[in-house]
Amino acid sequence: MSNSPIVMRETRYHQIKAVLARLRLDSSARLVVLVDKDGQQIAVHGELGDLDTTSLASLVAGNVAATGGMAKLIGEDEFPTLSHEGAKESIHISVIGRILLVVVFDDRSSLGLVKLRSKQISHELASAFAEIEKESESAGTKSSLPFSEITDEEIDSLFSHA
Amino acid sequence: MTFINYASREINCKIVYYGPGLCGKTTNLQYIYDSTAAQAKGKLISLATETDRTLFFDFMPLELGTVRGFKTRFHLYTVPGQVFYEASRKLILKGVDGVVFVADSQEERMDANIESLYNLEENLQAYGYELMKLPYVLQLNKRDLPNVIPSSDLTSELQRKGEPVIEAVASTGAGVFDTLKAVAKQVLTELRKS
Repeated sequence: MSNSPIVMRETRYHQIKAVLARLRLDSSARLVVLVDKDGQQIAVHGELGDLDTTSLASLVAGNVAATGGMAKLIGEDEFPTLSHEGAKESIHISVIGRILLVVVFDDRSSLGLVKLRSKQISHELASAFAEIEKESESAGTKSSLPFSEITDEEIDSLFSHA
Repeated sequence: MTFINYASREINCKIVYYGPGLCGKTTNLQYIYDSTAAQAKGKLISLATETDRTLFFDFMPLELGTVRGFKTRFHLYTVPGQVFYEASRKLILKGVDGVVFVADSQEERMDANIESLYNLEENLQAYGYELMKLPYVLQLNKRDLPNVIPSSDLTSELQRKGEPVIEAVASTGAGVFDTLKAVAKQVLTELRKS
């Protein structure tokens, strides 16, 4: 596994945000979040309220990792979708390669609709992310990242008040 | 795996605290959480059993400040130390950018330290990582207890590659931020190389 950083440029970010906005509208969802399998939040769109999306991202990744472990125990590679239905709010998670598409919805929508719409846009997200990975690799080799010239003093200054 | 977002101008890195059961991994995180300003941290999530043993992981996001116009955020995780939580321990290492090994300095925990360190290397290999190439810090915890092994002996037994070795008493906070700083510095230095 490569450990080079994933780099997301602004154009890709806005492209992904637009896809999430469309999914939210088409599925009548409350919120759509894109997370990577390591637990990092990539983008979010919808009614955030006071929802802690950083914690949500970490727990979703943990949840997918744990159910993926269960899948392997019974001879499956992974479970491509996961759903958790609550009394009012529900969550649907789709595994799309290394990214996780999370839709939070209430009784304005239904699990069937969310599943359908998530599936319909999964190819679009997969190809956008394939492009991001390609761009990240070339960014890594070109030393064009803003941190290639970071100094020890700058790193130290982060801890001056820690 | 470090995630750099140009739109929100953020760098996100993942640091995992590893070590044998009851060595003080959660205590490290709890101390960082308690002594960090509210605006610099998110919630501390702890998935623990009723007896406070970490079941799956503890997690807290920590924002350190800005470098070159980018906010640096560290996602701190602990793994469950107990031997029987092997499956969930391995999962947390996925995408890790830096590791802190928290060793229990007590004489009777020496075997547990060695076993856990061996287990760490094995689990990293399962994801194609090598401990030798990862940002890594060794913390010698519980230095305040009466039955501890001398630091020099622990170091010669547990140090793998000349990594920084930091003595700590996580319950009082001694060495906790020094450890975090040592690993975070290495992670950011790696970014310079990439």
